[in-house]
Amino acid sequence: MKQQFQGYLRADGRKGIRNTIVVAYLVECAHFVASKIVAGFDDNDVQLIGFPGCFPNEYAARMMERLCTHPNVGGVLFVSLGCESFDKVRASKAVSEANRPVETLVIQRSGGTAKTVATGKEWVRSALNKVAQVERAPMGVDELIIGTICGGSDGTSGISGNPAAGKAFDILIGEGAACIFEETGELISCEDIMVERAATPELGKELRAAVEKAERYYATLGYGSFAAGNAAGGLSTIEEKSLGAYVKSGDSQIMGLIKPGDVPPKGGLYLMDVVPDGEVRFGFPNISDNAEIVEMIASGAHMTLFVTGRGSVVGSAISPVIKICANPDTYRALEDDMDVNAGAIIEGLRSIEEVGQEIHDLVISVAKGAQTKSEILGHREFILTYKTFEPIGPSCLPTV
Amino acid sequence: MTGPFILLHPNDNVLVARKLAPEGTNVELASGVITLTQAIPLAHKIACRDIAEGERILKYGMPIGIATHAIAAGAHVHVHNIRSAYTPTYALQDANGQSAEVSS
Repeated sequence: MKQQFQGYLRADGRKGIRNTIVVAYLVECAHFVASKIVAGFDDNDVQLIGFPGCFPNEYAARMMERLCTHPNVGGVLFVSLGCESFDKVRASKAVSEANRPVETLVIQRSGGTAKTVATGKEWVRSALNKVAQVERAPMGVDELIIGTICGGSDGTSGISGNPAAGKAFDILIGEGAACIFEETGELISCEDIMVERAATPELGKELRAAVEKAERYYATLGYGSFAAGNAAGGLSTIEEKSLGAYVKSGDSQIMGLIKPGDVPPKGGLYLMDVVPDGEVRFGFPNISDNAEIVEMIASGAHMTLFVTGRGSVVGSAISPVIKICANPDTYRALEDDMDVNAGAIIEGLRSIEEVGQEIHDLVISVAKGAQTKSEILGHREFILTYKTFEPIGPSCLPTV
Repeated sequence: MTGPFILLHPNDNVLVARKLAPEGTNVELASGVITLTQAIPLAHKIACRDIAEGERILKYGMPIGIATHAIAAGAHVHVHNIRSAYTPTYALQDANGQSAEVSS
């Protein structure tokens, strides 16, 4: 039987598992004022997001719109300095069309720092009352979108945490959820086995092309998606890391290939292509783990499964992060930050199936409102940087 | 019995440490018992047979890199003696493939 819980019903029919007001700065110059507005409110109710750049970028504009109309978001306050290039009118229109409270404060026209902070806090207080009135509606697992990433990977990730996350994905997909895995730069060497899982031969070609693009992109940059800590933890090459990362996709058929901000049209397993299109510009595709989490959320993820071996402590704005610790030593060292101890698999104490089921059950609890460790600790990280994407091809999505 | 090590796939030429294996640990390989000449941290790899320079390293039954030196059965297999077939690995480590921050 499908699990049911109470979601927050949005005007577009989508449902959220959280009901948060986001305060979004539209250039670094407005970051401080936005953070002062957020300070003092409950971490669960009011969260800070933003884009630091002054130059325009279509990807960032689209991401910000998707994030601000995410079903977990109840209302939005944009904070602009005034002279940056970000199209605040377009962003505000997107939120108001999604029928959610929205306001834009321009610091240069609002009397500077102190007055903008005061006005902003006042708006947030009144918006909190409106947001609290949002209609609740029954929501099922088949309405959930779940992302997975891995970060701070080590040699344990591919043996315990990632296969357990893959098992959870298989169960969730069986119940109708849409699940997204990512980082084509960490699927290098997995193309052949992955293509065999594509729903159609045309999609298979797209999956292969996405990984080949990642390979070219990272080769140009001269670095793979591989950090020093990966090697300290026993991983020797990008292909070894990739094979470990790949197993978090589970065993389901791959239904589609999406890019950041594309929302899966129905349940099933999707690969997110996070590597920009075209010539190499703006540096590394995702400069740190939270950039990947933000892209998952922009594609509608209600929560993200984060498998770590070395031990990451991050959470995220907008959607909860469930941290799955692959390494038993790390789990003991960082237990207060970890939601699931997959390291028990390595110690022979639990099976991959048992931990996969535990992750699934935790997803349901978090959807019902239970807080993850990073939520309790107040982690609400967020990062959004420059990228360029072409739209996905016609073979990338299943017919609905 | 490979002690603290696990063979993830029958075709593999490496074993993975399921826990820290101290220096001096005896490990039974197909070719006979070897004694570890250094500690092998959790999730690091050793060769389960002699591996020739240029040979592919197999883990999960899949290639994870290429041996840059001949590797003796029982030796640590890591960034100091294998390389990616794709992009280079940058690590903060000494010549033995041990990271300064990995305690042994």
